[in-house]
Amino acid sequence: MLLYVNAVKLPLFGHFHQRPVRYWQGTEGKTKDDNKTEGQPEQQKRQQNRIKKKRKRDEQPDGGKKVISRRPVRYWQGTEGKTKDDNKTEGQPEQQKRQQNRIKKKRKRDEQPDGGKKVISGKSDPFPGPPPIPKDKLEKFKRKGKIQKPLQHHYKLKDIITRSEEASEMAQKQAARFDLLLPEDAGFLEGDEDEDTCMISQEDIADAVDITSGAKHFNLKLCQFGPYRLDYSRTGRHLLLGGRRGHVACVDWQSKQLMCELNVMESVNDVKWLHTEHMFAVAQKKWLHIYDSNGIELHCIRKFNDVLRMQFLPYHFLLATASATGFLQYLDVSIGKEVAAICTKTGRLDVMCQNPHNAVIHLGHPNGTVTLWSPNQKEALVKMLCHQGGVRSVTVDKTGTYMVTSGMDKKMKVFDIRAFKPLRSYFLPTGASCLSLSQRGLLSAATGDIVQVYRDVWSTPVTKPYMAHRVRGSVWGLGFCPFEDVLGVGHGEGFTSMLVPGAGEPNFDGLDTNPYRSAKQRQEWEVKALLEKIQPELITLDPSELGYVDRANFEQRHQDRVEALGFDPLGKEKFVPKHKKKGRSSAAGIERRKRQVAHEDQRDVIRKTVEDRMKLEEERNRMKEKKAALSGKRSALDRFKK
Amino acid sequence: MKVKVLSRNPDDYVRETKHDIQRVPRNYDPSLHPFDVSREYTRALNATKLERVFAKPFLASLDGHRDGVNCLAKHPRSLSTLLSGSCDGEVKVWNLTKHECVRTLQAHEGFVRGMVVRHCGTSFFTIGDDKTIKHWKMEAPGYGEEEEPLNTILGKAVFTGLDHHQKNAVFATCGHQVDIWDEQRSTPIRSFTWGVDSFSSVRFNPVETELLGSCASDRSIVLYDMRESTPLKKVIMTMRTNTISWNPMEAYYFTCANEDYNLYTYDMRHLENPVKVHIDHVSAVLDVDYSPTGREFVSASFDKTIRIFPKDSANSREVYHTKRMQHVICVKWSADNKYILSGSDEMNIRLWKANAAEKLGVLSPREKQAIHYSQKLKEKFQHHPQIKRIARHRHLPKVIYHQKNELKVMKEARRRKERNVRKHSKPGSVPVVSEKEKHVVSVVK
Repeated sequence: MLLYVNAVKLPLFGHFHQRPVRYWQGTEGKTKDDNKTEGQPEQQKRQQNRIKKKRKRDEQPDGGKKVISRRPVRYWQGTEGKTKDDNKTEGQPEQQKRQQNRIKKKRKRDEQPDGGKKVISGKSDPFPGPPPIPKDKLEKFKRKGKIQKPLQHHYKLKDIITRSEEASEMAQKQAARFDLLLPEDAGFLEGDEDEDTCMISQEDIADAVDITSGAKHFNLKLCQFGPYRLDYSRTGRHLLLGGRRGHVACVDWQSKQLMCELNVMESVNDVKWLHTEHMFAVAQKKWLHIYDSNGIELHCIRKFNDVLRMQFLPYHFLLATASATGFLQYLDVSIGKEVAAICTKTGRLDVMCQNPHNAVIHLGHPNGTVTLWSPNQKEALVKMLCHQGGVRSVTVDKTGTYMVTSGMDKKMKVFDIRAFKPLRSYFLPTGASCLSLSQRGLLSAATGDIVQVYRDVWSTPVTKPYMAHRVRGSVWGLGFCPFEDVLGVGHGEGFTSMLVPGAGEPNFDGLDTNPYRSAKQRQEWEVKALLEKIQPELITLDPSELGYVDRANFEQRHQDRVEALGFDPLGKEKFVPKHKKKGRSSAAGIERRKRQVAHEDQRDVIRKTVEDRMKLEEERNRMKEKKAALSGKRSALDRFKK
Repeated sequence: MKVKVLSRNPDDYVRETKHDIQRVPRNYDPSLHPFDVSREYTRALNATKLERVFAKPFLASLDGHRDGVNCLAKHPRSLSTLLSGSCDGEVKVWNLTKHECVRTLQAHEGFVRGMVVRHCGTSFFTIGDDKTIKHWKMEAPGYGEEEEPLNTILGKAVFTGLDHHQKNAVFATCGHQVDIWDEQRSTPIRSFTWGVDSFSSVRFNPVETELLGSCASDRSIVLYDMRESTPLKKVIMTMRTNTISWNPMEAYYFTCANEDYNLYTYDMRHLENPVKVHIDHVSAVLDVDYSPTGREFVSASFDKTIRIFPKDSANSREVYHTKRMQHVICVKWSADNKYILSGSDEMNIRLWKANAAEKLGVLSPREKQAIHYSQKLKEKFQHHPQIKRIARHRHLPKVIYHQKNELKVMKEARRRKERNVRKHSKPGSVPVVSEKEKHVVSVVK
């Protein structure tokens, strides 16, 4: 407090000899300053400050450079430029440097004894202002581009737009800041020098990692009822296995606790968890059945027959099924109703996947096409010819950007499904029978009895797999476990859980999919999720379409209305002459009245055409005048005229 | 070989004891939250539906009057006090929190025509059909004392309207003429006439406190400055205006309740055209009162409904009606912006919520947050057809519903006829007259 009084008050009275001094300022310098600053006007003082700054720089042995090196460094800045290459800050050295310079300048200003009067203790904040946010993080949370500013006189609209933009920017920054604090990091696997990661065996990895993670690699030997299809629940805690010959089991696979096990005494085509780990659907030989986690059959849905593959759309509560008869059917599991049944007219449907970004169903066909479906349309949204020969497997990544397909032509292709363009094509000697993409973009492909995992299939041409593992018997089902570095493989001899470091998203969202949720939390989540169930009508190729302004003009809207109503509400009715009494409604009279009206209409038309013609004429005249005015000037080309 | 596999310690993600709250780690990565727009839309739709479910505006009915309620007065200092005057000359003071009458006095013979509480809140004035102005104390008389006015002024003619100055000891009455009275004197200090025989309402401007507005039976609205001896200007409309009310925030605007089923908001500086025409009532509008925020106003109509209009919208955002409510004669918006009070023909005063779906009482922070969130969502998706339809829907009594449709047909027919006339006349001889221009006859200065 005392220091504060000294720093602020005393200069007012002219007692400059008591002013606090920085240790690097020499005593003679100080006295010199004092003599000069006494009672000088504002401008002179500013000039002096500049001189002082210069002197200060001179006083330091390295010519002022040392100030920079003495500055404390924040943990994310590292000692960049010298040793560490932090990829977060690398993208924006220019901007940061500028910012640092600004901070430096500001600090220097603060350090001036008579410039920074607000300083209380004499020490300035070493980290003024909010910490900078890495640009890539900001980009990740960007939701929309800038809106074009309206005209000057729309002051109200302008105000609203400015405010909303400020709000969204703040939200973006907050989210990006929060992203820095996430607790977990993704896994990785790096080989030593001249060691391929694909040569590292599962046992080696399991030995190298901690016990709990090591226990996630296991084999279930189930050779009696195989081959197996599998499905992980959305939280990644539960595993559902369905053997071809009728064996269905659900397991809490991390604690290895068996929840139920049953034999349906029929062939099983596919199994799928519904919205929670308390219900699952089994596509059996004839009908679709729904069981609960105790193995009790809840429903047998006879409307869904010969189902081969299923997909569950978690936000829509829809179970999409593809059948051997060529039908794609949607079952709303919250109300138990069939939402849509589409006859695809393409024969047996045994290749299916969903786009998690927009809930569109992708079907692969024996003629090499992949078709995209929504429940709102009887026709395919898109048909893509992907392979020569049949499509064996399709999968789409989490962001809905890439689709990976494999076909009978032994090729594996990557497509950009926003632009519907092929990106890469790979040749696999035996072709991939099953494909699956993980949350972080690892691709697993089953070629015969070997499971291969690839990294970055879309950005760089891949020459060899990231990991490989041989299982017993041919692979029948493949799936990455969400939020875990685990790949489940269902094959003829049972089930294998593989460790694939770097596959799973390290940080889950507790309000959406929480692997550690309690029963109460799950119940609450269920209610909330049901409340915000998205209606099937909202499934489109672009899920954010609902947020755009409908810029349809009057004609388009009118056309829609006519289509919806079945007639034109604004259309002119045909003139029907009124029936007049007392013999005045003779045929001739009616005809005359009709002709009158027709004549009137004709006059309208004529009037309009005349007006249009006049307008055209006027326009032509104006153009002519303009031309004449232009031709009045002499141009350089006029000398060629005769 | 360097390897790291995701391995979470469950202790970091579950609560330690069951007395703790659950740990909810968040990750706001957009790719983990797909369908954000559709989900928000669904939430907005649900919020809109819930708003309609919870829209129960009627709170209480205060009964006790033995004749129709003719006028209401707000207390300027106490939110819980309301004064009401009925057609049999009785004045009642109500405690709104307890829904009970705390004092009854027989103020006049015949109607109580107007009533106003003095700005200090200690006394009030009433006028009645017996040509008197009475000044009463707000406190009830002690035990054994008789109920007597502080002061009684006998006027020459019947008074029809009354308003008190915002700060000074001056009040204004109207009847045959507009009179300005000093509280200490028994004769008016100033009288205004402009060739009219009868005025129906007079109101002081709440900001420019020397200004007054009044409406007369010759279909005019007259503005006065108390400091001058003559009126400022008037606007003559096609039909008679019943009441006017000044906007308390932008006090150059006033809204008048007209006999032609509409309300008109005028800018005092430009009386040539109303700023807005508010149409929705299906019968004469009898009273209008602004909310203290000046963003909305409430109107009472002969069609047995109350409607709430945003100040710059042509249509009402809300309509209140009950089976038993008859012609609504007077209406007031409470000073805390939360309630609406209406007095009607069938002797009841009704207490309504200003925001029909609002939850009353103390809200927990989570409730508040949820309300704000859903409010924002509703605002964001308000133009989507499904949401717009649900938010706009109001049930109307059959009579009003049919009358509304009939009026619509009539209006359309008139428009069509005008269009035909224009089509068959010389171009320019039948000009297009906008709805705003239609109702103003002239402005006199």
